[in-house]
Amino acid sequence: MNIGNKGRGILFTNPDPDQARAFFRDKKSDARSMKNKVVDLKSAISNYVHDGDYLAIGGFGANRTPLAACHEIVRQKKKKLGFLGHTSTHDMQILSAGEVYDRIDVSYGVGLEARGLSRCSRAYMESGTVRVTEWTNYALTARLRAASMGLPFMPVREMLGTDTFAQSGAVQAACPFTGKPVALVPALYPDVAVIHVHEADCFGNARFQGIAIADIELAHASKRLIITTEKLVNHDEISRDPALTQIPFYLVDAVCEVPYGAYPGGMPYAYFSDEHHIRQWLDAEKDPKTFRDFLDREIFGCKDHNDYLNLHGGLERMSALRAEEFFLHKEDHHDGV
Amino acid sequence: MTAYNDMEIMIVAAARELENGATVAVGTGAPCAAAMLAQKTHARDLIIMFEAGGISPCLVDMPISVGDSRTFHRASKAGSMGDVMDACARGSVDYTFLGGAQIDMYGNLNSTMIGTNHQKPTVRFPGSGGANDFASLCWRTMVLTVQDKRRFVEKLDFMTTPGWLDGGDSREKSGLPPGTGPYRIITNMAVMDFEPVSKRMRVISIHSGFSFEDIQAHCGFKLIKAETLAHTPDPTDLELSVLRKDVDPKGYLIGR
Repeated sequence: MNIGNKGRGILFTNPDPDQARAFFRDKKSDARSMKNKVVDLKSAISNYVHDGDYLAIGGFGANRTPLAACHEIVRQKKKKLGFLGHTSTHDMQILSAGEVYDRIDVSYGVGLEARGLSRCSRAYMESGTVRVTEWTNYALTARLRAASMGLPFMPVREMLGTDTFAQSGAVQAACPFTGKPVALVPALYPDVAVIHVHEADCFGNARFQGIAIADIELAHASKRLIITTEKLVNHDEISRDPALTQIPFYLVDAVCEVPYGAYPGGMPYAYFSDEHHIRQWLDAEKDPKTFRDFLDREIFGCKDHNDYLNLHGGLERMSALRAEEFFLHKEDHHDGV
Repeated sequence: MTAYNDMEIMIVAAARELENGATVAVGTGAPCAAAMLAQKTHARDLIIMFEAGGISPCLVDMPISVGDSRTFHRASKAGSMGDVMDACARGSVDYTFLGGAQIDMYGNLNSTMIGTNHQKPTVRFPGSGGANDFASLCWRTMVLTVQDKRRFVEKLDFMTTPGWLDGGDSREKSGLPPGTGPYRIITNMAVMDFEPVSKRMRVISIHSGFSFEDIQAHCGFKLIKAETLAHTPDPTDLELSVLRKDVDPKGYLIGR
């Protein structure tokens, strides 16, 4: 065991909990109040995502992921962002196409899982212009957990002995109780995060269905938080059963109602991912000129997410994706199994 | 006997390694197909977990993503990444199935990059995702991959995920939980394990139509040959029929 062994990766964020505590103390007047935080997505991105910020995107690549917000970040041509490539797939593809980030903490990126690799994300990561620090999915969850608990680091047992550790920002130590080697991973406080949910009230109390991925940890760790929601609900609906609230108002800076805001990704119990359109993204990347035209049409040519949805069949297409989510295309299974 | 292809024998051989009642953490693709096949044949009570939070789903369709809604369809729990990884860390998860661009003789895996400069790689791959976590923390790691000289290499460009590290007792010395490590490597030609002392890859069972020499010819390092080599039983009609009709009816993995 190599106690004191340190990963070479750069830390892009400050893990100091006291610096974070001071920030959260001073948020009293805005996020920490029960005020109406509803704004349109354009304003939310323009007000809360600044050039140079460290950005985190909730969900899992193309599952309950705020892809409408990713489009808006690219449309507003944000620059020099840090990016948390935790479970990033199509979100990273969009942000790479816009070249909005120049440093990344990555556990999973570049790929779109079973769909294959994104040429655009790959080329950007191979260009040498992006500074890269490696982590694993669990290690990044642990970093967000540490931040959400106000701790400077968290001990973990993965990564030991590998190049993933060597290119991370972790430090190896001996457990003071058992003497066993552990890796210490530093708290990660993103400057800003965007999380997409099924329902939120105007104060930012939010709830979603299905898997949480790492969104609860992310919501608590982020200094600023934008919630995009499939629909706004009345606060009475939230207070009727507050145990269902996964993200409470005091963490939230802005609430944007963005129906189908995870499209072309999927939203559990609402719509399945549009695999046909995601394939179009992967195909368009094969030729630079085609891809530039594609981005001009799909992102820069759309004034908002509704424009983009209409480009792909609007509500009719959304209904078809809902049917797919409910297995209606599979006669034997539409009642479940 | 029904004819079968490379992907089918890999998935079938992998499924057979999962006993009823075991817990297994899987990704998308062939690993998921193997778990589904096991569950639909001999291991009805297999508990399947996905790293994004899906625990014990009824897998009707093959997931496209380890976080899509298929991974928690009629599940016992739609949890979080922390829930599933914590279970691995506590010692509750028996198996995991992984893949990778490169594998070495100790079962270490590369899914991060090809090249020598980490900040400017020749080819960038996704990275660890949950692979390093699963291989560090689940009891037994299995790898499904095609037998190919470019994949089975003497030296990895990047060690994303731990196998037996440098062999011998180096894995346990590194601080990774004792008793964990690579268990089986399953290819289109053979099933391999690791020689207990050196922890080097060893061929234990060969699929129909191949010889040890074939496998060695498709491997970039020297393989150990088990004292008694088994012959992998051919896929049964039942295994093939469940695989083709219920696991991958659209032929995403096994072809049409």
